[in-house]
Order: sequence, then structure tokens, then C-alpha cells
Amino acid sequence: MITIIKPGLLSSIQDLGRYGYQKYGVITSGAMDPFAHRLANLLVGNKENKPTIEITLLGPVIQFEQDSLISICGGDFSPTINGKLLRAWRTVLVKKGSQLKFGKARTGCRAYLSVAGGFSIPTIMESQSTYLRAKIGGFHGRSLQKGDQIMFDSPSRLSLKMIHQLSKNLTDQPFDEMNWTITSDLIPNLKINPTIRVMKGLQYKLFTNKSQEAFFTKPFTVTTQSDRMGYRLQGPHLQLEQANEMISEAVSFGTIQVPAEGNPIVLLADRQTTGGYPKIGQVATVDLSSIAQAKPGDRIHFSKITHEEAQLLFLELETKINQLKHGIYNKFR
Amino acid sequence: MFYQLSPLGDQAILIQLGEDINMANHKKVQIIASYLDDQPFEWMIEYIPAFTTVTIFYDPIKITQLNQRSQLPYDFVCEQLNNVLLGLTTGKIIESKTILIPVCYGEKLGPDLKMVAQVNNLTTEEVIDIHTSVDYLVFMIGFSPGFPYIGGMSKKIAAPRKKSPRLKIPERSVGIAGEQTGIYPIETPGGWQIIGRTPLKLFRPLEDSPSLLKAGDKIKFKSISYQEYIEWENDNG
Repeated sequence: MITIIKPGLLSSIQDLGRYGYQKYGVITSGAMDPFAHRLANLLVGNKENKPTIEITLLGPVIQFEQDSLISICGGDFSPTINGKLLRAWRTVLVKKGSQLKFGKARTGCRAYLSVAGGFSIPTIMESQSTYLRAKIGGFHGRSLQKGDQIMFDSPSRLSLKMIHQLSKNLTDQPFDEMNWTITSDLIPNLKINPTIRVMKGLQYKLFTNKSQEAFFTKPFTVTTQSDRMGYRLQGPHLQLEQANEMISEAVSFGTIQVPAEGNPIVLLADRQTTGGYPKIGQVATVDLSSIAQAKPGDRIHFSKITHEEAQLLFLELETKINQLKHGIYNKFR
Repeated sequence: MFYQLSPLGDQAILIQLGEDINMANHKKVQIIASYLDDQPFEWMIEYIPAFTTVTIFYDPIKITQLNQRSQLPYDFVCEQLNNVLLGLTTGKIIESKTILIPVCYGEKLGPDLKMVAQVNNLTTEEVIDIHTSVDYLVFMIGFSPGFPYIGGMSKKIAAPRKKSPRLKIPERSVGIAGEQTGIYPIETPGGWQIIGRTPLKLFRPLEDSPSLLKAGDKIKFKSISYQEYIEWENDNG
């Protein structure tokens, strides 16, 4: 069990999303950076979709009420345990009674805290993600608050082996970490001004030539009106060749739509299921993490890739994640 | 059946069935939706029906496992859909059920009923009579969980949206915006003119189907007294 000592700016329970209910208008929710969420789980021997705590911009302070195998993946929040700096993208065993303190996001915008077994959270509509607006899922349908106590589910056999290995050295220090981490090519290099690979959207052709060109060449700034639902960007105004009343249709994670006033919005984890604005682009799945880690003030460049390239990149990344999964498993056979 | 396939990112495909909101396009959407309900593809994660489109979300990893050839996931999905959609001309007739929605109109629960009556030179009773006189069609669910996009409202009771939206509209409020009528399943901000409230829960996250309504349903409103409304609401627990 953990106790939330300070909740941070916005800490909520998320998994990989609530799928199958979008036809009823139920949004998917889920981790904003699904990649970091998955790796945090794999590093503690969990299935990839176990619920983690997603922390945002200013992290929480958390007390461990039992020895706990944890991992932190995503942005760098200078996490410390009892004052001692802790490395992200690692498997760490924390001693009962220790306090984990996150600071401000130095790089990135969010990080994910996993525990072996996952947090014990009721499943609603096949997911444990928090749907903040509808006040369902996650921990009592809300973001975490001071004093909240969250139990863990039973650890897997793999997790138990990891715990066994690290517990030998835990006697005289608050935590111990594995001497290995994931291959460096999988750890994202979080930049302040990321380049995001984007496919042309379904209504790309309806935009003026000038707007099409500006979209792929000029920077866009992430505004403060950006949240889990979407990022509102500011940059060159994007205009349609002629005004167009679109009929609402489905949107997805990474859809970039442009309302009439001309500033694009990138739709993210808490997006509505359907939208009626023209779609100028679509973020490639492999770059969803990079955009979700951008924070207000960051300048984003969009670079054009084909639909085919996006699919190949997706398959390539999934192969690497699969190899990592097997690599971890094989270490503890 | 005429249709056009386009990618929506690298994990979804959009089936375009027409250009306008009308019954013919709605029926095509319903035929495909019911096919996908009855015989879901192994690689399908879910689908979203809309006015003129059905979008299918798929699992590219599942596809690479199923697919013997080294075909890209999107090409595989197109091939599989073409095999089905081309033969889906007639389809089975979809039986739509009519759901009765009790509404307590006016007063505290419908603060804008008088305004809707005034802009249309009607009495509040006439607005209620017109609103309850027809069967409406649920074209799609979207915007918020369980929120129905409804077609069929009489132009006689049309009313403009509020100039500045209310920050909180109570759940289950019934409203009018332009020539549309709708029901807010959860508390949200919104600019609709609120004419009443139903005691029925439209969003029920703990039930198998979390939305009372689904695309293709017909609905009819029925006027109830405040007393009946309270009794009904108490029964909901």
C-alpha cells in the first residue's frame, strides 16, 4: 500500500485506455504517454496494461507502507527517496516507510509510477483508467488527493523473482535498484522543441497551399490551454480554401483538427469520440509519446511522413518492445 | 453499397458512406454497425458509427499475426472490408425500438422553456405539445457519454443557442439548440436552451450497455408532472 502525502499538480490512475465503448460516447482515457506507461509495467514484471500513476508537471510525494518493487518512466521529475536521487527507466525495490518525492518536470511533462502487481483498482467498462469528467474509473473517479491510500494487486512470478534478487541488499538502505536498464535506443530523448512526425489528415487538401506549407515548416507553440483532452497550439493561422461545414465523424489519438479560427488542436487521451472540425494531420502512433511529453511553451515542428512509413515505424517499435519483454523475462528464467 | 475507405492514422480506417445527413446514409451506417456487432473481425478493437461514416479501430499487431503475406496492416484491413462491404447491398432490416423519455418541462428543471415559447410566438403548453408529438431518431452517440444526436424536431420550436454557455448544465437536462433537441447525460458546460429534465439515467457506467440510447433507436418524449418526476427520480435511488 502507498499513502499520498502530497498529490502534485495532477496525478491520476491510468492504464492503456477504455476501448469498446466509444460508440456510446465514452472516451478512451488512458495514459497520455502509452510507451512510458508500458515500459514502467514491464520493468516491474507486470502486464503492460496494469494501472500506473500518471504524474503531471509537478509530481507528488508518496509514502510506501510496504516493501515495494517500482519503476518510474517518462519525463525527468528528479525523483528522490529519503533525499537520495533515483534513476528513471529502472527496476527499484523500495523499503517500507520510505518516501518518494517528485520535483518539477525537468524534461518532459509526465511520468508513470508502476508497482509490482499494479495498483488495486476496480475495473469499470473493462478499464481501470480515470475518466475525470464523468467521475468514473481510477481511484474513486478522481485525481489523487492527500491522504489517499492505494493497495497493490498480487505480484506476478516474474515480479517475485525481481523482488527476491533486490531484497538481499535492502537491509541498510531505503532502496536498491537493478544494475541493468533498457537499451538506450528505446529510452526517448525528450527535447524541449520536438519534431513530431505527422501524416496528412483526411481534409488536408481542403486547406490553402500556404496553410499546407506552413503546417509542415513553421513552429507551433503549445499553449497553456492544453490538457489531457488535447493540446491547443499557436502558430501560423491555418485556413481552408473555402468555408466548410463538416459532418461530425470519429477522431483518434493524435488527430490534429483545425477550428475556424485557425489554431490547430492535437487530440490526446481524453479526446471526445467524434469531432466536426477539418483534420489537417494525424500524429504517427510512434510519436504520440513525444507530443504528450511536450509542455506549455514548447515549440513543436511537424514533419511529413507517409501513411506507409507510419505503419512500418509502428511495427518496428513494437518488435523492439517485444524483444525487450523477452529480454527481461529471460534474465529471470 | 457505395463507400470509400480512408486511413485515420495508422490504426484506424474510416468508411465514408455519403455526404449528407439523411435516412439513406443512416441506414447504411446501421447495416455496417449491425454486421460488425454480429461478426466482429478478429483484428477489430472497436468501431464508431457517425452520421455518414463508420470508423473501425484495429490492432496492427494482431493483423501481422493473422496475415500470412507481408502486407501492411491498412492494406489487409481494406481487403477484408472490401470482401464484406461489396456484398452488403441489401443487409437485414434493422428493427429499431422506440424508447419513451419522460420529461418534466419548465419551471426550475426547464428554465428556458418560456424563452423558447416567446421566440416562436407559442405558449409553453404548445411547445411541450410539439416537442412530445413526434418520434425522433438517434443518428449517433457522441460529444459526451450517452449523448444522442437526435433528428426530427419541428422547426416551430427551434431556438438559438445561449450567447454565453452555462458553466454547468445538470445531468439529464433536455434542451434545444437551433433545430436540434438533445439530452445531457452528464453534467457539462453547454449553450443549449434547457426546457426540462428527465428522471431517466442516460449514462449508466455499471451496466453492460453504458448508454440507454444507441444509434438507430427511436425516441418519444412524454410530459410528466413535477410530482411524477420526483417519484421516478427517487426510484432510481
